[in-house]
Amino acid sequence: MNAFGATLARDLRLALRGGGDVLTLVLFFVIVGVVVPFAVGPDQALLARLAPGMIWIAAFLSMLLGLDRLFRPDHEDGTLLLLRQADLPLPAIVAAKLVAHWLLAALPLLLASPLLALLLSMDLASFWRTLLSLAVGTPALAAFGAIGASITVGIGRGGLLAPILIAPLSVPVLIFGVGAIPAGPGPDQSGSALLFLAAISLIACATAPFAAALAINAGED
Amino acid sequence: MIDLGPHALFIVSAYCGVALVVAALIGWTLLDARRTERRLADLEARGIRRRSAGPAA
Amino acid sequence: MSAMTVVSAPKQRWWNRIAHPGQFVAWTRPLLWPLVLCTALLFAVGLWFAFFNSPQDYQMGDTVRIMYVHVPTAWLSQFVYATMAVSALGSLVWRHPLADVAMKAAAPLGASFTALALFTGSLWGRPTWGTFWEWDGRMTSTLVLLFIYLGIIALWRAFDDQLRGARVIAVFTLVGAVNIPIIKFSVDWWSTLHQPASVFRADGPRMPGSILTPLFVMFFAFTFLFITLQLKSMHTEIKRRRVMSLERRAVQGAADA
Repeated sequence: MNAFGATLARDLRLALRGGGDVLTLVLFFVIVGVVVPFAVGPDQALLARLAPGMIWIAAFLSMLLGLDRLFRPDHEDGTLLLLRQADLPLPAIVAAKLVAHWLLAALPLLLASPLLALLLSMDLASFWRTLLSLAVGTPALAAFGAIGASITVGIGRGGLLAPILIAPLSVPVLIFGVGAIPAGPGPDQSGSALLFLAAISLIACATAPFAAALAINAGED
Repeated sequence: MIDLGPHALFIVSAYCGVALVVAALIGWTLLDARRTERRLADLEARGIRRRSAGPAA
Repeated sequence: MSAMTVVSAPKQRWWNRIAHPGQFVAWTRPLLWPLVLCTALLFAVGLWFAFFNSPQDYQMGDTVRIMYVHVPTAWLSQFVYATMAVSALGSLVWRHPLADVAMKAAAPLGASFTALALFTGSLWGRPTWGTFWEWDGRMTSTLVLLFIYLGIIALWRAFDDQLRGARVIAVFTLVGAVNIPIIKFSVDWWSTLHQPASVFRADGPRMPGSILTPLFVMFFAFTFLFITLQLKSMHTEIKRRRVMSLERRAVQGAADA
């Protein structure tokens, strides 16, 4: 547990001290949301209807964008090689990195989402539901992202490849994430969607470290 | 040719598209095979062969 | 032609000596021509049935004939992925070199068949539903499957070292295989939520034998086509690996000399 915590603390410290990476991602998230009104027009009612989906798309894109820093810096300076020979099994290390990635890439987005909700004129009730669905769904995005990052870490020019690989796999997260926000009239299935989303998140977080560790080991020997 | 009714265009274009793609697949497979074989033959003609094949015949 | 026979003489010899892949090629090469004949025959019979010896559907009219190419390609889009997933398992668990080769050869074939299934599906949808594209559960999940195939092809192209890449791609293929049922389920859930379910009546009424016969023949024709192409491109891939290792040797030899 100690080594797990050390890996986690190291990743957090590196990211927080090493410049504005986290801030850039949050900025990207906000900007994607801000661009929407320019594209669809400033109609308040329309924006409020689109807002949950837009916030989800913005979060999805920012999390895909932040994938490359998950393993690549460690791969480039040789740390990954050392981590593979550590006492702590590689899946546990990947799990620590996954937690760090969620804290660095998803939590700031959650904190920034009130700003977007305000700009897209969401009402309070659907904002809380959006925040809840983001909180439940982003671990799954982070877990899929870890798999994508581990697969492309050995490829020199793999920067764009990980998002391409991961986007189709993330379709269920997006569907249930937006589905968990009750929208308009019609049968309300948001409760079951939230449960499905939680299930996907739990399964993904439980299995992704093993899959990612397998991919790292396969690609590095 | 039989009468395909009012939607003949859709039916014919579906079959034509499938034929085109299948032909392209077959063509690409054969072309790839021929190209690889030629490169292999070229290398062998230069006397390069794998270790287990022993000295050049 | 004479040049061909000259170079094929030593080739036979090392094929017999090298381990698995060579044995594989030696064993399966005689199968290729019978498979080609079989495929051609099945296609001839199937097309004859499809156009001249099958009735119109009483609801869909002649557009039912699109089904004879749509259903087999849609079946292959999933069957090829299953082939890839099994090969991926073989490549990860047993490190079987042929599994790598099978995985790589199947990816472009699977992508093509998936694209064809979408193409014929949209051409079938236009006359029957009135639209080329419907965000229907089946179409959407097939589209996602196509993106997964394209991602796998992009991965194969990105790896310089194909042997190392194969194991990484095997991991991704298996992750995709586990995910595909989840994607299918979520997309079904989503499409029934967002649109009236009446758009797609399952498979319509029970199909009469006169429609089932051409469907069956075409189904086998396409499956045989896949098997034939898969075998041929596996042979090519094995040879390409030979070429690559020989080229490496040639460069090494040049460096030593």
